[in-house]
Amino acid sequence: MEFLNAFVWIGHNGSQGVTVTGKLGQHMLISLISIAPAVAVGIGLGIVLGHLHRFSFLAINTSNLGRALPSLGILAICLPFLGVGTTPVVIAMVILAFPPILTNAYVAIDQVDPETVDAAKGIGLRPWQVLVRVELPLALPLIFAGVRTSAVFVVATATLAGIFGGGGMGDFIVNQATFGMEGVIGATYVLIVLCFCVQGILLLLERLVTPVGLRGTRGRQAQTLLIESGIDPQGPEQTVSEEVRAVEHAAR
Amino acid sequence: MMFLAPVADSGGPVIPNFGKTSQCVLDNRSFCWGWFSKHWGDTFEPALIQHIELTAMAVAFGFVISFALAVLAHRHGWVTNPVTLLSSLLYTIPSLALFEILVGYIGPNWYMVEIALTSYTLLLLFTNILAGLSGVTPDVLDAAHGMGLTRRQVLLKVEMPLAVPAIIAGLRIAVVTVISLATIAAYATPTGLGKPIFDALSNGGFNTAFLAGGILCVILAIVADGLFVLVQRGLTPWASARRGA
Amino acid sequence: MTNTETVAARTSSGLSAAPLEFRNVTKIYPGSSTPAIKDLSFTVPAGEVCVLVGPSGCGKTTAMRLVNRMIDLSSGDILIDGKSIVGRQPSDLRREIGYVIQQIGLFPHVNILHNITTVPRLLGWDKKRCERRGSELLELIGLTEEMGRRFPSQLSGGQRQRVGVARALAADPPLMLMDEPFGAIDPINRERLQDEFLRLQRELRKTVVFVTHDIDEAIKMGDRIAILREGGELVQFDTPDRILAEPADEFVAQFVGVDRGLKRMALTTLAEIELEPAPAVADSAGEQTVLTGATLREALSLIMSDSLRPLRVVDEHGQVAGYVSVELINKAMHNDGGGNIAVPR
Repeated sequence: MEFLNAFVWIGHNGSQGVTVTGKLGQHMLISLISIAPAVAVGIGLGIVLGHLHRFSFLAINTSNLGRALPSLGILAICLPFLGVGTTPVVIAMVILAFPPILTNAYVAIDQVDPETVDAAKGIGLRPWQVLVRVELPLALPLIFAGVRTSAVFVVATATLAGIFGGGGMGDFIVNQATFGMEGVIGATYVLIVLCFCVQGILLLLERLVTPVGLRGTRGRQAQTLLIESGIDPQGPEQTVSEEVRAVEHAAR
Repeated sequence: MMFLAPVADSGGPVIPNFGKTSQCVLDNRSFCWGWFSKHWGDTFEPALIQHIELTAMAVAFGFVISFALAVLAHRHGWVTNPVTLLSSLLYTIPSLALFEILVGYIGPNWYMVEIALTSYTLLLLFTNILAGLSGVTPDVLDAAHGMGLTRRQVLLKVEMPLAVPAIIAGLRIAVVTVISLATIAAYATPTGLGKPIFDALSNGGFNTAFLAGGILCVILAIVADGLFVLVQRGLTPWASARRGA
Repeated sequence: MTNTETVAARTSSGLSAAPLEFRNVTKIYPGSSTPAIKDLSFTVPAGEVCVLVGPSGCGKTTAMRLVNRMIDLSSGDILIDGKSIVGRQPSDLRREIGYVIQQIGLFPHVNILHNITTVPRLLGWDKKRCERRGSELLELIGLTEEMGRRFPSQLSGGQRQRVGVARALAADPPLMLMDEPFGAIDPINRERLQDEFLRLQRELRKTVVFVTHDIDEAIKMGDRIAILREGGELVQFDTPDRILAEPADEFVAQFVGVDRGLKRMALTTLAEIELEPAPAVADSAGEQTVLTGATLREALSLIMSDSLRPLRVVDEHGQVAGYVSVELINKAMHNDGGGNIAVPR
């Protein structure tokens, strides 16, 4: 019955003087601090390298490597150097959130239909304009997919901060003695909703930023799903689109 | 530095014995090789093996369940949505929470961990296997049926072999994900490579244990990932042919 | 049940080509008010190539796919060698029919040899026999043993298309269905493939149902042509020559093209007609020469470029076989059983 009482617990905004809203705010702050640098550097670097079509091996394989790294493992490695607390959690999350964003941004720009880019240059757009007016809009879905993957990862992993008393919703989960099973389950409910909200907000943002003409292309959504699942499209017989071909690269 | 007594039920001391400690350990320097090699046999090796077992079992269960569901969904499309919904819901639950909750109801044992870990693999494996099965191009299917292969033969001889790359890709991610999550399981119940890490944490922060545990599970994950890359190349000679062509 | 006596090529192994009959075939797709095919009836004698041709939406591909039960009949029947397809298990039926589609559909995950021997293995042939048959077919389509070990992705489009044909022939089926098999190939290779297929057909003499939207391909490939109109309505079913000479109605006349007279002339070579002796007026300065193997159309083209002077015809040894003039060509065209070229019925 704790599963139902958990709702009550949320309704009371926590217990023992600790509020759900307070911890939620902390949680979002930790998440934001972790994802902001990953997004800034990842997208920036990815776009530049993709536009120049340089260092593809590195850019594409970081996400392969990054995806494999165990979060607690990286966290544990940070501990001797950064001490125990929220800092190593944040640093570890930055490290882990960075690869998907970088790789997706790189692939998204790198694999924009070369004929489109060629046409853009042909009508007289300068490299900078080609990037901003042509490559970027076309690359948006894939870039956002990478950001979404990392964002959800960060929000979920930020719970680990609770182990160090570093704040966030994790505090409720690791302190079952204090907040009871209702607290643990209640915090879980809130986190699940938070994850969906984050995804939803990012999807909305993506929709707002995508040019009208490119919206609602089912094909792209299917492709981004493939990439999130890491699928290397099989048959050579299959007509492979740009983004999906990138996954092929990544899977090698 | 204060040394605490060894934890009684942890199956082996994580903290060095009284009176035989090296200067490195006393200073809690980043990594004391001496201490590590001394405790490899009683702490880290068993933890590593346990971790591998946990992972293998969870992925195996998850695969069997996901495969059955995917074949079903491939034949009866309506199965897809409910399964996807349920497994994404499971996937969204933060691992720490899931472990804590399950410990509360089932107790701190290995099958609690397995249930949790298996749940995390379902979404990914189901999605990948189904996508692999569905990914065969329509002209190949038309030709296969037109030549006289029965439905079952098409599934076994055409769709499944062609689904292998997607399946392997899914297994690859599932394995590294489970390796990662299994370390967190140690918070709820002492098991796997997370155990030395959490033990060290609750005993004041012994750096060598942190680094040893962390590095070991990172190495495990990277090796597993690499193995799958090789398996994928080995099982898909037609893709290699194209690479070479 | 065939009502024509046709020489079917029979090998020592038995039936190698079977007659095909469409009997009052109708197909209505559920939810549609108009039938895709309405009361279609015709017979393809064993060993002949029947081309189904018509504009998009005329039901030619549907008709073909009814034969191997990729689509099921609404009413009527289709008989292969006199036996109805309706009672049969679809997968068993299909193993006796060669099936070639436009995108080919080779299995990407197995090599060429394995692809070719798919049906024999399904039928339970032993390994040695399959291998022998595979090698035989590779040679037939002009590919080396080494290529047989390659994967489809390593072959060119034209090569893949040939493998598709070989795969259909593997179990030596009495009937072949081909749906725009050369449609996805560039024109040069398409011509080559068409010639190769005709060469094969001369040897093997299979019953073939060939679907195309290209009237020129139909004329080239078909022993008989079935022209279909929207709704699967059979407008004319006859040899290419007869269709070109006497189109059944305005639709057919338009479909075959205004230049059908010339197309018809391309069907006959100078060797097949009786040539004239040398003309009385011996004006042999700058006289043009043409081989006996040339078609009437080529001869006409040369005559017209030389102010209508009669053309000297020689055989491959250089001996003069006769002369051909515009009048002779006209007479030859009319000799084929009447009917003015210009007026459709």
